[in-house]
Amino acid sequence: MSLFNVFHIASSAMSAQSQRLNVVASNIANAESTDSANGKAYRARQVELMATDLGKSGGAGVKVARVIEGSDAGRQVYNPAHPKADEKGYVTMPNVNVVEEMVNMLSASKAYQTNVDTLNAAKSMLNHTLTIGQ
Amino acid sequence: MTRLDEALRFHETALRLRSQRQAVLASNIANADTPHYKARDMDFSRAMKMAMSGSGMSNSQTIVQERVQGVTQHRDGNTVNVDQERAEFTDNALRYEAGVRMVNSQIKGLLSVLQG
Repeated sequence: MSLFNVFHIASSAMSAQSQRLNVVASNIANAESTDSANGKAYRARQVELMATDLGKSGGAGVKVARVIEGSDAGRQVYNPAHPKADEKGYVTMPNVNVVEEMVNMLSASKAYQTNVDTLNAAKSMLNHTLTIGQ
Repeated sequence: MTRLDEALRFHETALRLRSQRQAVLASNIANADTPHYKARDMDFSRAMKMAMSGSGMSNSQTIVQERVQGVTQHRDGNTVNVDQERAEFTDNALRYEAGVRMVNSQIKGLLSVLQG
């Protein structure tokens, strides 16, 4: 029954948005990280969302296709005493735009709430359906 | 038993189509941030006509189509207006509940007739 599909659709969106929030949290936490596992400064990450077809019922869930790293260069700060300073004394900082990340965070949490409402509405519709004939 | 089935068929079809439409609207809400996702909707009155005219299983490919009215495309190719989708979702949920009430009252009517 299509209403059970709504559970799958809404829960796929909830998990995609919480992964997005995860990535936002990583970016904000590492906004000043000049070092990482590969020896370079942290690069801001973004999620790529993709619609997943749920068959001929006409419903489409959503999933995180992949996590991509931003390609724009981080800003350079002059600090010759820093251990990661290059030969000219500049340190490469991460390319994290904290304002943009805050907007992403608000958008992800609002989308998560909206999908929780969708789930609750489907649940109450199914509950009412169960009362048919009683 | 076919007479009893016929009596309930209209509302049963309406409930089935409403729940299909609910899934489509939920997909739109779920994909509100997906790039290049086009908002879809189901033409309910056409679907009801097709289902009641007895033309077998309604072909969902022709019924669920891209939404074209009042659609603004965002920079990433997404056309979902979340407020509009939420309003349609609530509207459809209300009509589903109305359908459930009507099925209930029809069944009660049938029962009262059966019990004399």
